[in-house]
Amino acid sequence: MKFAVIVFPGSNCDLDMYHAIKDELGEEAEYVWHDTHDLSGYDGILLPGGFSYGDYLRAGAIARFAGVMDEVRKAAEAGKPVLGVCNGFQILTEAGLLPGMLMRNKDLKFTCRTVSLKVENAHTLFTNEYKEGEEIRIPVAHGEGNYYCDDATYQHLKDNNQIVFTYAEDFNGSRNNIAGIINERGNVLGMMPHPERAVSDLIGGTDGLPLFRSIVKQWRESHVSHA
Amino acid sequence: MSVTLEPNTQQIKEQKIYQQMGLSDAEFQMVEDILGRTPNYTETGLFSVMWSEHCSYKNSKPVLSKFPTKGEHVLQGPGEGAGIVDIGDGQAAVFKMESHNHPSAIEPYQGAATGVGGIIRDVFSMGARPVALLNSLRFGELETPRVKYLFEEVVAGIAGYGNCIGIPTVGGEVQFDASYDGNPLVNAMCVGLIDHKDIQKGIAKGTGNPVMYVGAKTGRDGIHGATFASEELTDSSDEKRPAVQVGDPFMEKLLLEACLELVKSDALIGIQDMGAAGLTSSSAEMASKAGSGIEMDLDHVPQRETGMTAYEMMLSESQERMLIVVKQGREPEIVELFEKYGLDAVTVGRVTDDSTLRLKHKGEIVAEVPVDALAEDAPVYHQKSSVPEYYREFQSLPNEEPKVEDHQATLLSLLQQPTIASKEWVYNQYDHQVRTSTVVTPGSDAAVIRVRGTNKGLAMTTDCNSRYIYLDPETGGKIAVAEAARNVVVSGAKPLAITDCLNFGNPEKPEIFWQLEKAADGMSAACLQLNAPVIGGNVSLYNETNGTAVYPTPTIGLVGLVEDLKHVTTQDAKKQGDFVYLVGGSMTEFGGSELQKMVEGRIFGKAPSIDLDVEAQRQAAILSAIQQGLVQSAHDVAEGGVAVALAEKTFGNGLGVEVNLTGSKTTALFSETQSRFLLTVSPEQAQAFEGTVKDARKIGEVTGDRMIVKGEDGAVWIDESVETLRSAWKGAIPCLLKSEA
Repeated sequence: MKFAVIVFPGSNCDLDMYHAIKDELGEEAEYVWHDTHDLSGYDGILLPGGFSYGDYLRAGAIARFAGVMDEVRKAAEAGKPVLGVCNGFQILTEAGLLPGMLMRNKDLKFTCRTVSLKVENAHTLFTNEYKEGEEIRIPVAHGEGNYYCDDATYQHLKDNNQIVFTYAEDFNGSRNNIAGIINERGNVLGMMPHPERAVSDLIGGTDGLPLFRSIVKQWRESHVSHA
Repeated sequence: MSVTLEPNTQQIKEQKIYQQMGLSDAEFQMVEDILGRTPNYTETGLFSVMWSEHCSYKNSKPVLSKFPTKGEHVLQGPGEGAGIVDIGDGQAAVFKMESHNHPSAIEPYQGAATGVGGIIRDVFSMGARPVALLNSLRFGELETPRVKYLFEEVVAGIAGYGNCIGIPTVGGEVQFDASYDGNPLVNAMCVGLIDHKDIQKGIAKGTGNPVMYVGAKTGRDGIHGATFASEELTDSSDEKRPAVQVGDPFMEKLLLEACLELVKSDALIGIQDMGAAGLTSSSAEMASKAGSGIEMDLDHVPQRETGMTAYEMMLSESQERMLIVVKQGREPEIVELFEKYGLDAVTVGRVTDDSTLRLKHKGEIVAEVPVDALAEDAPVYHQKSSVPEYYREFQSLPNEEPKVEDHQATLLSLLQQPTIASKEWVYNQYDHQVRTSTVVTPGSDAAVIRVRGTNKGLAMTTDCNSRYIYLDPETGGKIAVAEAARNVVVSGAKPLAITDCLNFGNPEKPEIFWQLEKAADGMSAACLQLNAPVIGGNVSLYNETNGTAVYPTPTIGLVGLVEDLKHVTTQDAKKQGDFVYLVGGSMTEFGGSELQKMVEGRIFGKAPSIDLDVEAQRQAAILSAIQQGLVQSAHDVAEGGVAVALAEKTFGNGLGVEVNLTGSKTTALFSETQSRFLLTVSPEQAQAFEGTVKDARKIGEVTGDRMIVKGEDGAVWIDESVETLRSAWKGAIPCLLKSEA
């Protein structure tokens, strides 16, 4: 399976995403510059963390206009897996590919630490290697991860099982402790915690690995059945 | 339209305008002698910044020459953007630490942020990929609203810059003491990795080669920042706020990536950061190092504001800029490379062969100065040195124990002293994991990052106990280096080299200069003994507020090599039943200790003594035991003595300890005798361990969830739950920040 790691000016977790795929998962990954106008050669799209365009104006607000975003939208419409982590999640909400928005953490401070997440939905292409209700430990590192949506949107997310991860404990003020959500179709996941930082025992555990394995497993299965 | 009317040469001389720029009468006379005429306004500005202490080290050169700077691993010593040490396999570690004290005192967020930005540029200007940041911070007591504001904003500024640019902040230290009340210290360190073949230097070689300006545009910010950094702070220092620069980490991220792409090109000849003294220092130093000259047309300098004068452009310290020299004819590909990142790359001048810095502006020559006069010929002052009265008095005092009634309550109080308390509130604001290479995150003795693609790692730490140095600069200087080395050794690494920030008061005061000299003597002796030469750093003098100096604070940044990542060791006790060992005996040494400060409200007496032979021998033995896989956890004994170090060993995994100590209760628990270590070892390996670390003494075992310390007679000195100790230690700083002053 071949992944595109989209690099915006100011992305800084692109390297981590790339190495997680290449070194720990053993799949193909390529860095793709923000002005690329063709993502047809990739099976999965990864929007990494960082501070695209300095997060000036608002996190993700400028990146949504980057040339590559039309292609990301097309990939999403084509049903390819699209994963946005941290700044990638912020970009996906700004681009309208996921509902809601991310505000500054409730204490107005950047927070970097490892937190417990609850897997709320293990029936997605991103989480089929987890058990439903499982608690996993994944690092967070963000200043604007306070997820907000209105009541109607929240009800909709809930009714459609679109809430994929929640924080075991509130630390950033997110509505109903939401840490990650998926689109209705189930192929676009945005999450604030960094699964790519939890892929090796040497550097913070391996609880993020099943997420990437899920994507690859689903892709393999769908391609076997199509063959 | 406003027109800036600059004073003419006659006015500069007669009205002594040069004094406002920081030049003395004698120095101005020297400039006149060098030029054979009176300098104009721009030229006076060039000399004043280049001859400031910050750029010329005119007061500290005689002291800096004491440091050992060579060693088997050293590839680049002091003099370039950063020092370089070999780590094998054709790779090297590049690192440096620098101060940003004065800007941080006036505008803490931007002062700290641009300190981080500057040190990162120093590292990537060598061609290296920055992989880790550390810092060393000093504030007044965490009691007044002003100090809390400075502390919160400095931390936010460091976080804001480092997090955005995507370099993990993996370690550091924070100390609180009244001496830093008006003059906080903000020292930032950056560590990079490089392949030997990519090492770059800041030189302007090859007559006719283009000099190009890359990065952010020049504005009127930071003009005379280097001069400001070389003065004492006063009540009117707020007026210097315009001398503080504003950072743009996003711009620097782009510049970083562009420059690292550039260093792979054979078109590049030299590259240097426009740091302190901006365009002036980068151009003059690059030409001086190459024995060449540079001619620049300032009309081509990318400008953020209109109507800037030559003086303003040359002295601006706008951030995120680099000066490069490339091969003639290769300019278009350089422009294209930087365009990819949306950055300016503009030819502003040429390398010449006449050893002169010649500046044109609006068709006229506005400055013509020998480059060596700026970069090399600043006067060197051998300041007077005299032994301060306080030192004689302190040396004559006997070593006595501070009076302690309740030792368990005292331990709890010590754990809540902000200098000892958990710094989680600080480092949780720093992204310490980005680049997914941080093997040991903040909170242990040293941070460790892996060298991707190898099985090696780098251990790194910053350290300085300035109280000891105040009491006895020479002994304290030795301790600062030794303790930094201890931190790295207990983490499983062999010390390679150090960088330092010499933060002192006004060197023109003989008692301050004596502190500087003696501290350097002590540091040099320890560097030699522990085989860790000085490969770079900076000097920050005039750290005084309204005439009162900070404690002498020569911060040490030390990097060590972990030869195999399986050697990585942390301070936390790992397993119940493991044996606890103490290396080194406790003497009645409380001068400058945390206990003395807490109980007496001041520090006095002698600093703890240190025997560098013993230090070196113990460090070697412990590193050997770690490398043989005989050690489960290791920690050095520092502020607060054995009791605090033992408590710290329990916090990570929540395991308890039960130990027996010998000697007087207060000394055994809280003395700050040097060269001591606490280790845990599994029972099966105890014999082999004892054979390797000969002076290790078994004092007890790792247990369930209580910390129990008994005396020789079995009397219980301390019996407290780990949870109680830990919550006191963890909650102290957040609690102090919330409390009303």
